[in-house]
Amino acid sequence: MTTEAPSAPLVSVQSVNKHYGQLHVLKDINLDVRKGEVVVVIGPSGSGKSTLCRAINRLETIEAGSIFIDGKKLPDEGKELARLRADVGMVFQSFNLFAHKTILENVTLGPIKVKGVDKAAAEKDAMALLERVGVGQQAPKLPAQLSGGQQQRVAIARALAMKPKVMLFDEPTSALDPEMINEVLDVMVELAREGMTMIVVTHEMGFARKAADRVVFMADGQIVEQAKPEEFFTNPQSSRAKDFLSKLLTH
Amino acid sequence: MSTLLNNLDVFTTGFRNTIILFLVSGLFALILGTIIGTMRVSPVPAMRGFGTLYVNVVRNTPLTLVLFFFAFGYPKLGLPEIDFTTAAIVGLSLYTASYVAEVLRSGINTVPVGQAEAARAIGLPFLQTLTLVILPQAFRSVLPPLFSVLIALLKNTTVAAGFSVAEAGSIRAFLAERGEPGMIVLLWVALIFVILVLILAQLQRYFEKKWKVAR
Repeated sequence: MTTEAPSAPLVSVQSVNKHYGQLHVLKDINLDVRKGEVVVVIGPSGSGKSTLCRAINRLETIEAGSIFIDGKKLPDEGKELARLRADVGMVFQSFNLFAHKTILENVTLGPIKVKGVDKAAAEKDAMALLERVGVGQQAPKLPAQLSGGQQQRVAIARALAMKPKVMLFDEPTSALDPEMINEVLDVMVELAREGMTMIVVTHEMGFARKAADRVVFMADGQIVEQAKPEEFFTNPQSSRAKDFLSKLLTH
Repeated sequence: MSTLLNNLDVFTTGFRNTIILFLVSGLFALILGTIIGTMRVSPVPAMRGFGTLYVNVVRNTPLTLVLFFFAFGYPKLGLPEIDFTTAAIVGLSLYTASYVAEVLRSGINTVPVGQAEAARAIGLPFLQTLTLVILPQAFRSVLPPLFSVLIALLKNTTVAAGFSVAEAGSIRAFLAERGEPGMIVLLWVALIFVILVLILAQLQRYFEKKWKVAR
């Protein structure tokens, strides 16, 4: 989606390794994402794609290698890390809206507490975001009163409220009923069109075709192949990717 | 009825002191219990260790012994002198805090880990993640056992009577000197306690309604 000249990458993952006990879940991962680029990460379950996504805002620690966000190295725990996380929006598979807060409070919490925006301004911004994702009517309700699709759109609004430089989506539609998947994907496609830098872990190949600049295929903790979506879906190079795609198309 | 009405002064003083002991100890127990309970789930091993030690030592000591210590042991330590009421408040607070900590810890464990991850993902530092997202949900989920602890505290205040604090538990002794029948006096004391506990139960119902967290 971007036509900018190649510049320093907004997200740079360099030689990252991680184990879960014996399992080598990330094997020497290298990935650069330019500003405005939409990268879709696909692969079989257990391939490490979610772990990679979570490592980028350090919800997962890494053992070796480094990750840079907008040129700054991801720090260890502490205030520095919190500040950097504010620049990285995250949308989870299970929404994770704050269960005890209203929809509006969910969206305003970050801006008020982290960025020090005053309440009235934060609420005005939040309402605009909620309208944009189509759930403005739900502002005074609690998360449990909303459908999954609505909750996920609120979660996107909550992340956007921090005005992040990059948005991470960790299987955002995997916990949704089929009829709700599109309402979330529509919001994401719209976001991609507006030039948001996005890293999306998903099983929605339709989204990858429609909105991705690049598809990254992971298997067994490695990046096996990366290509433009059309190229990847019509002419995958590796046997692992061919195998994966053929399994998707049988049903 | 005459037993109550003729000795209203003793009943009033007694229960006023009981309520003071309860409110002040309750407040400190909640504060300290929250700190200890949080330490028990802290990622820092030293804090976890201290929390566990505190709960195990204090919860395993009979309340009478805790109060004995503050009434008779503490003055010998050469620390600033405190009166019996203050000593009772300190003892009750420390003792009840260990129960509050355990109740709260179980509450913290009911909050899905995704809530903390979401809070961290929007850039909230550790302390704010705890106070704005985790603890409010933890408290909401443990209201019934938390109120049980508070009700136990209300009744435990009577132990302080044994240490010269003129609260409800000492009413019988006072009135025995005035020649009132002990049984009747105790029934009145029990009845007033029942009323106080019912008030607490109402408060619990109010908060449960107000703070219902749907998942």
